[in-house]
Amino acid sequence: MSDRTPNTGGGESIRLHGYLVAFDKVDELLRGARIVRDAGYTRWDAHSPFVLHRLDAAMGVKKTILPYIVFLGGLTGAAAGILLEWWTNAVNYPFLISGKPLFSLPANIPIAFEITILFAAVSALVGMLALNGLPRLSHPLFANRSFKRATDDTFFISIEAADPLFDRIETRRLLEEISGRAVEEIEELP
Amino acid sequence: MSTIALNPVSYLDNTGNDPTVRARLVVGDNDFHSVTEKVCGIVEQPRPPKIWWAAFAASSSLTLVLFACIGYLVTTGVGVWGLQIPVGWGYAIVNFVFWVGIGHAGTLISSILFLLRQQWRTSINRFAEAMTIFAVVCAGIFPGIHVGRVWVAYWLFPIPNQMSMWPNFRSPLLWDVFAVGTYATVSLLFWYMGMIPDLASIRDRATTKLRFYIYGVLSLGWRSSNRHWHRFEFAYLLLASLATPLVLSVHSVVSFDFAVSIMPGWHTTIFPPYFVAGAIFSGFAMVVTLIIPTRKFFGLEEIITARHLENMAKIMLATSMMVGFSYSTEYFMAWYSGNVYEAFTFLNRAFGPYAWAYWTMVTCNVLVPQVFWVRRLRNNTLMLWVASILINVGMWFERFVIIVSSLSRDYLPTSWGYYRPTAIDVLTFAGSFGLFLTLFLLFVRFLPMVGMAEVKGVMPQAHLDHPGHRGHGDYHGDIAVREVDV
Repeated sequence: MSDRTPNTGGGESIRLHGYLVAFDKVDELLRGARIVRDAGYTRWDAHSPFVLHRLDAAMGVKKTILPYIVFLGGLTGAAAGILLEWWTNAVNYPFLISGKPLFSLPANIPIAFEITILFAAVSALVGMLALNGLPRLSHPLFANRSFKRATDDTFFISIEAADPLFDRIETRRLLEEISGRAVEEIEELP
Repeated sequence: MSTIALNPVSYLDNTGNDPTVRARLVVGDNDFHSVTEKVCGIVEQPRPPKIWWAAFAASSSLTLVLFACIGYLVTTGVGVWGLQIPVGWGYAIVNFVFWVGIGHAGTLISSILFLLRQQWRTSINRFAEAMTIFAVVCAGIFPGIHVGRVWVAYWLFPIPNQMSMWPNFRSPLLWDVFAVGTYATVSLLFWYMGMIPDLASIRDRATTKLRFYIYGVLSLGWRSSNRHWHRFEFAYLLLASLATPLVLSVHSVVSFDFAVSIMPGWHTTIFPPYFVAGAIFSGFAMVVTLIIPTRKFFGLEEIITARHLENMAKIMLATSMMVGFSYSTEYFMAWYSGNVYEAFTFLNRAFGPYAWAYWTMVTCNVLVPQVFWVRRLRNNTLMLWVASILINVGMWFERFVIIVSSLSRDYLPTSWGYYRPTAIDVLTFAGSFGLFLTLFLLFVRFLPMVGMAEVKGVMPQAHLDHPGHRGHGDYHGDIAVREVDV
C-alpha cells in the first residue's frame, strides 16, 4: 500500500506506471489472469494478439454497455429518418403524387430502415472506441520493447501502480510466480 | 495452379470429408508468429513483385480511360452513350447493378458467416470486404454520371437546394441512394474496425519511421488489451447483426427500381430474393477470381487453403441453383399469370433479338456451375478460376437481359427498338474494371489482406488449455455465453 504513489523521490527510482509480464501460451495466461483477479486487483489488464473469449471470465470483465448505446443510436436513426421524410414531403413542401396520402408509413420504411442501420452502425464503432479510450496514440506500455509482440504472438498481463493493492515487492512476487519470467517495470510517460 | 487437385496427398489439401477429423483452417507448420510474418511480410516488402507492377500499370491505365470517358460524357452529354428511347437505361444501370451485386460477398462473409459461426471466413473476410468496398465505389459512379447534369447530382440528397424542393422519399430510386450510401458507409466502418488490430501488428513491426507513424495513426493506439477486445468483439457482433439485414436490403432495394415499375419482365414480386441470390453468387465469383491469383503470387496458400476455395465453390453452386430456379419461376409466372405482355416478354428474351445474351446468361450462370457437383472438378483451382470468370460474365449479362430486353420491346410494337452500346459505353465499363483493380492492388500492397487476429483465434494453438479439443474451437463469436469459471 505504501508504495502506490509512483514517484517515491529516490534518485534511481523511476516514475512507475506499472509492471508487465509475458506469457507464451494461452493456458498460462488464463491461469495467471484468474490468480490476479482473485488477488483483488482492479487496475490491471491482459493483452493478447487475438480475442480470447475465456479471458473475459478469467479476468472478471464486466459486460459492456455498448449494446444499449447501439440500441439508442438505432432508435435515433429511426426517428430521424421518419421525421425527415414526413417533414420534407408532407409539411415543408407537400408532394401530392397520384392522389396518394402525403405521408404513409409503408412507402417510407426503406429509407427509415437504412438510416436506422447507419446510425446504429456508427454508434457501434464510435461507442466502442470511446468506451475503450481510443484513439490514444501514446501509452506507457508502448515504450516497452517486448510489448511489441503483443500484436504478434505473445500474451501479457500488466498491473498498474495506481491500483490500490499495488505494492512494489508483493505485486512483483505475484507476477513472477504466475509467469516464471522476469517482471518488467513500465515507466510513466514524461 | 492445379497441383492441389492433381496431388491429393499434398499437405495443402485439406478438402477431405472425414467426419472424425476436423479440417484445419490453416495448414502447414504455422504458429501465430508465422501468420504475422506471412501477412505483414507482404506489406513490408521493400518493393512489390514484378507482376504487381505489370498489373498496376495496366489497371491504372484503364482507370485513366474511365476518367477520360467520364470527362467526355460530362462535357458533351449522355448522347455519347447508346441510350435511345425506348432503352433509356443502358450500360450505366447494367454496370451499376453488376457492381453492387459483386459488392455483396464481402458483407455476407464478414457478417452472415460470422453469425453462423463459419470460422473459415476468417482467412478471406478482409479480402472480400475490401473487394466489396471497391465494387461499391465502381457502382456508385454509374448512377452518378447517368443523371445527365452531373453538377446537380446533389439533388439526390436531402440538402436544401435552389428549387426549395426535397427529394421524393417514396421513389425507389431515392431508396437506392440511401441503401447504397448506407451500405458503403457500414462496409467501410466494418472493414476498418476489423483491421485495427492488424494495423497495430504492422505498426509494432515497423522498421521505418514513416511506416511506424502511418500505421500508428491508423491503428488508433490499439494495445491488444483484453478490456478493449471485449468491447471490440461486442461491436463486431453488433455490426454483423446490423449488416446482415442491411446486405439483404440493399439488393432488394436495387430490385425495387425495377419491380415497382409496370414494365413487363420487371413487375414481379420475386425480384428481391432473386436479386439477392444473384448478388451473392456474383460476389463470390469475383472473390474467387481475385483470390486464386493473389494467394498464389503472395504465397498465402497455407492460410487461404484449398478448403476455402472449395467452400466458396459450394456457395456458388447453391446460389447458382437459386438463380436458375428464379429464372424458371419467372417463366412459370409469365405463363400462369395469363398476362400476354408478360408472356411475350419472356418468349422474346429467349428467342427474340437478344436471345444471344439470354443464352449466354443461362450457360454461364446455370450450366457452368454444375461442374461444382464433382469434387475433383471444384477442387481443381484452374477449373474453379475459369468458372468464376464465366459466372462474372453471366451475371453481367443477367442484368443486361433484364434491363435491355424488357425496355426494348414493351407494350407498343410501334415504339420497339434495338439497343446498341457505343464505344464510349464499352470503354467506360472496361475503365470501371481498371478502377476496381487499381484500388484492389493498392489494398494488397499496403494493407493486411488477411485478418491475422481472427485467423490466430481459430488456430489450434489458441485453444491449448482444452486438452480434449480437436483443432479449432467453438469460441469465436461466442461472447454472449459467459463461461463458468473454475
